[in-house]
Amino acid sequence: MTLIPNTETDAAYVIRNAAAQGTTLAVCGGDTRSGFGNAVAFEDVLSSRGLSGIVDYDPAEMVMTVKTGTPVTEVEAALAANRQMMAFEPMDHRGIMGTTGEPTIGGVFAANASGPRRFVAGAARDSLLGIRFVNGRGEIIRAGGRVMKNVTGLDLVKLLAGSHGTLGFLTEVTFRVLPVPETAETIVISNLDDAAAARAMAVSMALSVEVSGAAHLPQTVRSRFLGGQLPEGEATVLRLEGLKASVAVRSEKLTSEMSRFGPVSRLGPDDSRRLWQEVRDVTPYAGMPKKPLWRVSIAPSAGHQLVAALRLEAGIDAFYDWQGGLVWMQMEADPEAELLRRYVRGLGGGHATLVRAPERLRLATPAFEPQGDAVAALSARIKLKLDPAGIFSPGKMAGV
Amino acid sequence: MSEAIKFLEPRKNVMSRRRAIIEDLADLLPPECLVHEPRELVPFETDAFVAYRRLPLAVALPKTTEQVAAVMKYCHRYGVPVVPRGAGTSLSGGAIPQEDAVVLGLSKMSRILDVDPANRTATVQAGVTNLSISDAVSPEGFFYAPDPSSQLACTIGGNIGMNSGGAHCLKYGVTTNNLLGVKMVLVDGTVIDLGGKHLDAAGYDLLGLVCGSEGQLGIVTEATVRLIAKPEGARPVLFGFDTSEQAGACVADVIGSGIIPVAIEFMDKPAIEICEAFAHAGYPLDVGALLIIEVEGSEAEMDAMLKSIVEIANRHDVKTVRESQSATEAALIWKGRKSAFGATGRIADYICMDGTVPLGKLSYVLEKTSEIVERFGLRVANVFHAGDGNMHPLILFNANDPEDAARAEEAGNEILKLCVDVGGCLTGEHGVGIEKRDLMRHQYSDTDLNQQMAVRAAFDADWLLNPSKVFPIEGRPAA
Repeated sequence: MTLIPNTETDAAYVIRNAAAQGTTLAVCGGDTRSGFGNAVAFEDVLSSRGLSGIVDYDPAEMVMTVKTGTPVTEVEAALAANRQMMAFEPMDHRGIMGTTGEPTIGGVFAANASGPRRFVAGAARDSLLGIRFVNGRGEIIRAGGRVMKNVTGLDLVKLLAGSHGTLGFLTEVTFRVLPVPETAETIVISNLDDAAAARAMAVSMALSVEVSGAAHLPQTVRSRFLGGQLPEGEATVLRLEGLKASVAVRSEKLTSEMSRFGPVSRLGPDDSRRLWQEVRDVTPYAGMPKKPLWRVSIAPSAGHQLVAALRLEAGIDAFYDWQGGLVWMQMEADPEAELLRRYVRGLGGGHATLVRAPERLRLATPAFEPQGDAVAALSARIKLKLDPAGIFSPGKMAGV
Repeated sequence: MSEAIKFLEPRKNVMSRRRAIIEDLADLLPPECLVHEPRELVPFETDAFVAYRRLPLAVALPKTTEQVAAVMKYCHRYGVPVVPRGAGTSLSGGAIPQEDAVVLGLSKMSRILDVDPANRTATVQAGVTNLSISDAVSPEGFFYAPDPSSQLACTIGGNIGMNSGGAHCLKYGVTTNNLLGVKMVLVDGTVIDLGGKHLDAAGYDLLGLVCGSEGQLGIVTEATVRLIAKPEGARPVLFGFDTSEQAGACVADVIGSGIIPVAIEFMDKPAIEICEAFAHAGYPLDVGALLIIEVEGSEAEMDAMLKSIVEIANRHDVKTVRESQSATEAALIWKGRKSAFGATGRIADYICMDGTVPLGKLSYVLEKTSEIVERFGLRVANVFHAGDGNMHPLILFNANDPEDAARAEEAGNEILKLCVDVGGCLTGEHGVGIEKRDLMRHQYSDTDLNQQMAVRAAFDADWLLNPSKVFPIEGRPAA
């Protein structure tokens, strides 16, 4: 059965009943990330679809409050009308997950889904100022607020962001938005191998030119961006955004610095926008449901080392975002979870999340990076404090 | 000394074992790392919220994470409260001890462990001062963005405890947005690592929960922070207005126009006079309110941004616009602003509020603040981070007059309630501490607070860590 409460009060009622009866609930928004995380054993589905609409939006204050079932497209349209945006570039998982639903704003924050700008502008969790949610007792809880600076009490907002519906049912989110930059362009450096690209990206980030996107697209994926229009060879892409006069000055400086790494070309605002949307949505690995897909967060300088090491032992393909610190890695056959995670640990740590895999492999592989005993025990205790009956998406995030 | 804010009753079973506890701690720590003579405990009896003082049972000043863990394990076993302390610059009483507590001071853990330019991170011990991080990474062309006014003294551990902000947070965010990882000792002495040089959490965002938790979830001993490339140039510009209302409206319009300067600081007339007399920064004295707006980037960028800002300021009848002409002048402008609290302290005692309000309410709250303070027969100076609505009314009073002090506290409470009532919060960057603890029920329902305390209990079920702070003492769930 799918439960679709139309108000927060109804949601609280439904959850209180479920808690009393011990009915497990799979918490979902638009279902575009179904299949993400560990398999959930559930009896009913609890959907935020019935909670929809923008509650409050004052463009001058750059803050928006929205009910969680609201489609992301509706939020983006309202923001675009005022030339504003969510700075963290929420990614759309439909392509890689092979799903068809309508992404909701609640799902974005529940998954802490961020895109290319995350490494300089913060993740979804950094934009999130306040939430309302129903905990596993059916109590309505408010945390945070609608102002940028707020250290009043424990930050449950951050805790709930990225908790994939396992700690509470989000009903309303208040987040900060930013002006859309007047213009954007992308510098393309061609023919760098992965290690040279990592060096070039690190140099670019140390310059005072405010790069807002830094990705490396090896030869195997290059043709899958911009309909194959990127220059021949590997493409290391760096985005600049801001006032036109300012971008022009920074672009010149960046081009001159990057020329010593390889041939440099430039993409204008339209191509730039399209390219970064494709990077954000992991376009090269869309539409291949059978191939396991990993998302690895690691120190930027270690990303290419991880790929190089794995390549010797497994059939993989990869590209890099976040200056090399976000590795999207598609495996030919086996997810090779243990091998991959061992290398991640050996390279200073990070986490590997299995985003996609055929059912059989998914059941056999922990989707989220296993945690040390003490952290796992803490997380389990926290889960109990919010959802004592264990009704929200049990099992989705490992031991909790 | 004020008495309005209560502390927890000292635990009798701890007080009666004071000698034995000190002897046991002496076995765990080198002699220079343990302070217990009453005379030597005095420097630890308060922080920058000086109206309240308590002598702790002892002070541990460990040099290593292992020593922190040993002290925590011991205190946990014997039910001894622990109050963590960085540099003791808290304005909300976050580091004020209590009679039955061991103060765990991180001041001896002040080494910079790793600067990694390729990954733009620095890993430091918790007792490292905020400014020394920027100093250490400056040769590589980087800086650490959050810049509380006390940055010369305050430690990164304390910054994490209070999720500190500063003037330049408008563009770069506060501590939580710049913190990548911590090494932390849990209440029972277990050492955990959260985060690292990579982004985001593998599971629940415990790092986000720990930042701003006021030392109640564990003792942070090391931190990895994000570094940012230094801008090509930065230019603070002074904008003088006749009234605070005009300045407040100008701030809202600048932000609303889509321009995000690095900093927008506000001073009213009393604050301008106090700071100018102290720092001789060249602030105009013939205006009713002053904005310091800082832009950064290349010359061309700064010119373009300033042109737009000046146009907006003109619409609000700006009286004076003065650009800094040199690096020395720019430094003076910031020196004046950052010494505001110290300069105020030279002319009177003060308490500093820290409420944050939505930008559209700035002018209204400023006006009401004046009314409230006048009603109590006191004076106020306003100097704060206007770009993010984080207000700092300094209520001036005479600490030698207990009635004056009580009036100041009452006026402060009214102002903070006002901040909450217009959609803001009690504290933007100083923390709840003891100061705002009893106002928490004004911002949160009992259900909200109980949920926070339940999550707190997942870390410290026995209320051993900084126990008199943040949550109202009455109505706490039994351990």
